[in-house]
Amino acid sequence: MIEGIFSLELLFSALRMSVPLAFASLGGVYSERGGVVNIALEGIMLMGAFGAVVGTYFTNNPWIGLLVAMLFGLIIALIHAVVSITFRINQIISGTALNMMATGLTTFLSRLIFQAAGSSPHIEGMTQWQFPGTSFKISPLIVIMILAVILSQIIIFKTRYGLRLRACGENPYAADSLGIDVIKIRYSGVIMSGILGGLGGAYLSLEHARVFVEGMTTGRGFIALAGMIFGRWTPVGSFSACFLFGLAEALRMRLEGFGIPTQFIQMIPYLVTMGVLIGVVGRAVAPAYDGIPFEK
Amino acid sequence: MSEEFILETEGITKHFPGVLANDDVSIQIREGEIHSIIGENGAGKTTLMNIIYGIFRPDRGKIFYKGREVEINNPSTAISLGIGMVHQHFMLVPPFTVWENIILGREVLKRGVLDKDSVSEDLNKLMSDYRLSVPLEEKIEDLPVGICQKVELIKLLYRGAEVFILDEPTALLVPQEIEELFEILNNLKRQGKTIIFISHKLKEVLRISDRITVMRRGKVVGVLERDEADEEILARLMIGKTIEPPRIEIHERGEEILRLEDIKLSPRLKGINLKLYRGEILGLAGVEGNGQRELLEVITGLLAPDSGKVFYKDKEIERLDPRSVREIGIGFIPEDRQMTGLILDFSVAENIILGRHYKEPYTVNGRLNVPVIRDIANKIVNTYDIRTSSIDKYVRFLSGGNQQKVILGRELWSNPELLIASQPTRGLDIGATEMIHNILLSARKNGMAIILHSSDLDEIISLSDRIAVIYNGEIVSELSPKGIDETILGLYMTGARRD
Repeated sequence: MIEGIFSLELLFSALRMSVPLAFASLGGVYSERGGVVNIALEGIMLMGAFGAVVGTYFTNNPWIGLLVAMLFGLIIALIHAVVSITFRINQIISGTALNMMATGLTTFLSRLIFQAAGSSPHIEGMTQWQFPGTSFKISPLIVIMILAVILSQIIIFKTRYGLRLRACGENPYAADSLGIDVIKIRYSGVIMSGILGGLGGAYLSLEHARVFVEGMTTGRGFIALAGMIFGRWTPVGSFSACFLFGLAEALRMRLEGFGIPTQFIQMIPYLVTMGVLIGVVGRAVAPAYDGIPFEK
Repeated sequence: MSEEFILETEGITKHFPGVLANDDVSIQIREGEIHSIIGENGAGKTTLMNIIYGIFRPDRGKIFYKGREVEINNPSTAISLGIGMVHQHFMLVPPFTVWENIILGREVLKRGVLDKDSVSEDLNKLMSDYRLSVPLEEKIEDLPVGICQKVELIKLLYRGAEVFILDEPTALLVPQEIEELFEILNNLKRQGKTIIFISHKLKEVLRISDRITVMRRGKVVGVLERDEADEEILARLMIGKTIEPPRIEIHERGEEILRLEDIKLSPRLKGINLKLYRGEILGLAGVEGNGQRELLEVITGLLAPDSGKVFYKDKEIERLDPRSVREIGIGFIPEDRQMTGLILDFSVAENIILGRHYKEPYTVNGRLNVPVIRDIANKIVNTYDIRTSSIDKYVRFLSGGNQQKVILGRELWSNPELLIASQPTRGLDIGATEMIHNILLSARKNGMAIILHSSDLDEIISLSDRIAVIYNGEIVSELSPKGIDETILGLYMTGARRD
């Protein structure tokens, strides 16, 4: 039994499970490094999952679906930015409201468009990329995710934009005194979280399930935030944490059917999340002005 | 406009709701001079500088730079003209390295990423040109304030500043760091830079300035050459009357009231022994972060020591919680009045009963006794001359001096036998400071024992009967304030000397 659970296939499964989390987590890094807490990631992912299916359903082109997913994620993020940056409303309240809105909106639109309650019709996923000379196939989104993680690590820690983004999260008043447009930079961070969170949602519906199910993110936006904290607000760290969560989820799937009540097994990813967070409490330090509106 | 002046203002006027912060202010700054602008809190000097630096817009008035009228709408414009400002609270990003802080907003790139090598080269040259050195690779959060200030200066040099505005630059420095700062400023002056030095410390102003502009209540009330000025003249111009140094009557100290025995608390306190007697003020001097805060929090019950004993009137109290410590007659003025001393969005009356709110007569049968509370609050407001329109006003809207008087009134009203006063006059103007000093001195005269912790060494020397210097978690010396000056105290505070 043990050999059946732990194998190379388990690691690939973990990688696949970690894709939506890693995208969203990366989005969280951009947003919070700039100083905006974005718990709307859950809603952003859900909108992304829905957008991907809608785009693919009408065009039969999953790449267009991907674009629509990013657009839908972006819309939610933009509302969050306007509310919390421009109008300086509490970021948790804004995020909570947007999460509720996304649940309602996707359910309503899904029933309107697909004329069915619960879920959409099945759709075609993306063509898998084949490794040259092997029979090994991989989703393009996995490749994009890994590239995004590496690129983000460089952007955030080695470029002008990254330096300014981090400055806005650590001490926006210092950034402002040096002529940096704090509002613009913070908007850009939140917008990035919308695009990346949308991609994360798209993987869920487009690649994982090949269907949109109402409320299908089931808290993954929050798990992604936990991954971001565990990864200390760095892209590579966040990805590693999400991989760990992915592993927990892969294990969960494998353990089903071994006679343990499924309700307990389904708790595994969430228990791992809580355990990990308890382990890092106090050691992970958030950007100093994370969650604090900037007011001149 | 004359060519001789690099920076001039003409008739600057600025209103804030209810306050005329700048009233027709005209100043002239010569190229290559160190020009001090002095005045009490609220005299309008910081407002004026914020206008010159583009943070505020004036209601009226003009600014001339190098003989040309300029419009400065934001700090970027000021920087590009060549005007730079070091704020009282540093504008640095703590987790960033020194070089990241310096280049922020003016980054040098190579193939899209930050070009650290060429930046270090430029900065090393800049540092050797101006004989100013800072560790480029260290993080700001690991560096002492003196170095952070140098980083701020290099930041301005890197941006090509010609005029340096320094707002209260010595407020957080120890004497040796102040010496170093003055050397740097004189050095910058020799290289042709112009310096505007904002301060209310007259001794320093007299040492460093070529010329001095004095402001009072939003107006310029005098411009003096260094040679025409002395402390008395400046003080009279600044506050419109002469100040008397606090007069301390000599009297015998009473019996022992507090005894600390080998207090240890990792990592800050390494074995503190100290005694305190009735009717004396013990000054506690030290550079911030050497354990003084922890020490005071151990006495007040906020922290429990790892080992060691605290005896108050021969009873052990080191395990008592803060409420019990207050109940046995110890009062506490915490160093951060806004964070720990007060609840800013509570009214004056509510703040006045805090800490005793649960006792009679404030609370009867579990309910607040509002008429009694209001009555006592009004009495305290009158006794300590707290300027507020009503006891129902949120303390947030009181001035710093009046906020401090709320705390002082609250702590003294219950007649403690021991008062721990941490930074009681930090950031207050001369008038409020004088009043608080008088309150402390009269409490001492009535037999109260006081521990006075302050970063203002003048204050420690002039008020204390005895001075204890803390360095690296130990009391390195107990000194008599007679015949001692800030330099000697500074040597003990920085660990250069110990007994």
